[in-house]
Amino acid sequence: MTGQKPSVIANPWRRLSAWTDARIGLGRAGISLPTHEMLAFQLAHAQARDAVHLPLNTSALMKDLAELTERRKALLPHEPVHLQSQASDRITYLQRPDLGRRLSQKSCEALDRQGHTGDSPIDLALVVADGLSSYGVQENAVGFLEALLANLETDDQTWELAPLIVVSQGRVAIGDDVGHRLNARCVVVLIGERPGLSSPDSLGLYLTWAPEPGLTDASRNCISNIRPAGLSFKEASWRLGYLLREARRQEVSGVPLKDRSEETVIDQGIGNFLLR
Amino acid sequence: MYRYSLGNRRWQFATLAELMAKATPARSGDRLAGVIAHTAEERVVAQMALAELPLKTFLTEALVPYEQDEVTRLILDDHDVGAFEPVSHLTVGDFRNWLLSDLATPEMLVRIRAGITPEMAAAVCKIMRNQDLILVAQKCRVQTAFRSTVGLPGRMSTRLQPNHPTDDITGIAASILDGLLYGSGDAVIGINPATDNVAQSVRLLQLMDEVIRKYEIPTQSCVLTHVTNTLEAIENRAPVDLVFQSIGGTEATNRSFGFDLATLAEARDAALSLNRGTVGNNVMYFETGQGSSLSADAHHGVDQQTCEARAYAVARKFEPLLVNTVVGFIGPEYLYDGKEITRAGLEDHFCGKLLGLPMGCDICYTNHAEADQNDMDNLLTLLGVAGCNFIMGIPGSDDIMLNYQTTSFHDALYVRRVLDKRPAPEFEQWLTRMQIFQDGEGKVPSDGLPEAFRKSLASLPGGVGS
Repeated sequence: MTGQKPSVIANPWRRLSAWTDARIGLGRAGISLPTHEMLAFQLAHAQARDAVHLPLNTSALMKDLAELTERRKALLPHEPVHLQSQASDRITYLQRPDLGRRLSQKSCEALDRQGHTGDSPIDLALVVADGLSSYGVQENAVGFLEALLANLETDDQTWELAPLIVVSQGRVAIGDDVGHRLNARCVVVLIGERPGLSSPDSLGLYLTWAPEPGLTDASRNCISNIRPAGLSFKEASWRLGYLLREARRQEVSGVPLKDRSEETVIDQGIGNFLLR
Repeated sequence: MYRYSLGNRRWQFATLAELMAKATPARSGDRLAGVIAHTAEERVVAQMALAELPLKTFLTEALVPYEQDEVTRLILDDHDVGAFEPVSHLTVGDFRNWLLSDLATPEMLVRIRAGITPEMAAAVCKIMRNQDLILVAQKCRVQTAFRSTVGLPGRMSTRLQPNHPTDDITGIAASILDGLLYGSGDAVIGINPATDNVAQSVRLLQLMDEVIRKYEIPTQSCVLTHVTNTLEAIENRAPVDLVFQSIGGTEATNRSFGFDLATLAEARDAALSLNRGTVGNNVMYFETGQGSSLSADAHHGVDQQTCEARAYAVARKFEPLLVNTVVGFIGPEYLYDGKEITRAGLEDHFCGKLLGLPMGCDICYTNHAEADQNDMDNLLTLLGVAGCNFIMGIPGSDDIMLNYQTTSFHDALYVRRVLDKRPAPEFEQWLTRMQIFQDGEGKVPSDGLPEAFRKSLASLPGGVGS
């Protein structure tokens, strides 16, 4: 072997990956990806695909939410409710976003029966939907809700909450349907985000004031990338708490409700080293 | 009413829009819109009926009403009757034959460009097979320039896309370096900002401008922010090379994106006034993609491929440097799987080139689409053969900000090698001069770290040697 060139050329700038998750400095076999890097990518893609198609384990989630409801009885006097969108399976869900935005007939009836919170409007409905990553929901929804409920419990004003709602095969706008039926002044949807290769477990949340069917994204505020390696539960619940209080005070959400809670991004790195 | 008889069976299509939609190869977006053919047979019958339609029909019958839509007005008012003359007598079916024939030389295809409307291009596209789309596109030459020349025969360029989820300067600089050392970035270095405001755009523009000037890179930069942000950045004297905007094929789509044709004209004038190009003055960078009009509920019952072709009328008005169809980004509700994404990529490239646009393609997919790297390899190879002007380049195919997969720096080197393609000439010379590539044709990277970058890397904590 002596004297023979190796088949893989390593990149000396690989160390820069200490400052970014981007797949830099991968090296090359000829001009192609080395085997190790190619398979690492395939694994990441396989995990992201599984996150899209893995069904939400609703019995486990409902059990966790029932326990959470039990622990936070003061805020959550009602048992959690499980609902289904009009998208009956994953294939339909992926091709028909309109069906994922509406509750099935059976779920409408169930919600009218179990979800009743009286005639006067309640302050907030919290909806958990599987979205495009049940994994993100399974891993992060309960932890985030713990942080949020703790935050709301210590707030100056009281928050009257609807039962926790779980929707299978749900899109963001399903919250409008649910919130409207619950006569909720505000709805927050926690949903599994479209999984990336480096983030298959991301949870997003969308806040809508005065929910009703037919609203667009212009009426919503979004907080994204909630996961252990992204935005922490604590920080996300703090930001949502800010938005909830402001939405309640100004009676708006979406474009007119500016999120000024976001801290200025300070570079964690070492600046533009290319100029040295 | 459009009628067609097949044996003793009679078929009817109520409008031209219905005929066009039903003649379109199957895709989920048209199904979602409810305009798709009900059966496979109905689709082919629609294609047969469409093939008999005179091209001239599209000059008198607007798919989106003239009075309601400035894109329709642009298409019909700017139509060049003289350029149309050589093909004005043809039906859609004959037009396909003509395009494939040796009458349609590269020179002839340039001559008729201004006479072809997006609807004519879309119509003929619907009755062409993938190999037809490749063969004709390959004959269409579209060349543009700013600090590099994009679209020369035998060349394929790349947009270096160093996105970062928090716009971290070090992270972006690391991806830029990785790309440059793999020979990427001759079409543009273009960042999708994570935080979309003017201050952030200016910061990123300055970062790229400083790198381009320090290393004297013959390329241009772009921050893919809203056109009005770029206008404001120009007013703030930021170093703007290219103006970016996502565009669609109807006025209502573009309004949902927050601009109209007048906004684009104003932005182009502002960018031209900076006079920053060296070998050319194409200052616009547009992105498109099938499904955007339906997504904005602005499709007027027109199928998504025809809406997409109409976006090219908007693009060609402003003489762009680059037009990029982001084919697989929108998701499976518009293009379900690798087969639909592949077909759409070839259609968009063909229609854009026929209309005279410098077409590139973001050969990509999301994790909820039925697609994978093999589908991207196929489309990349097909578009390479078709003569696509540029593709994306990203570290290891993984966009950590937009959460989707597109072509990597390695992929660009693959297609250059198997199809004997080279980077833009100015950039190719730079790669050789900087000792980034060891051959003169931008195909073989150097084994070690090029001299010019050693100092930067040695300055890192812990240093990075050669």
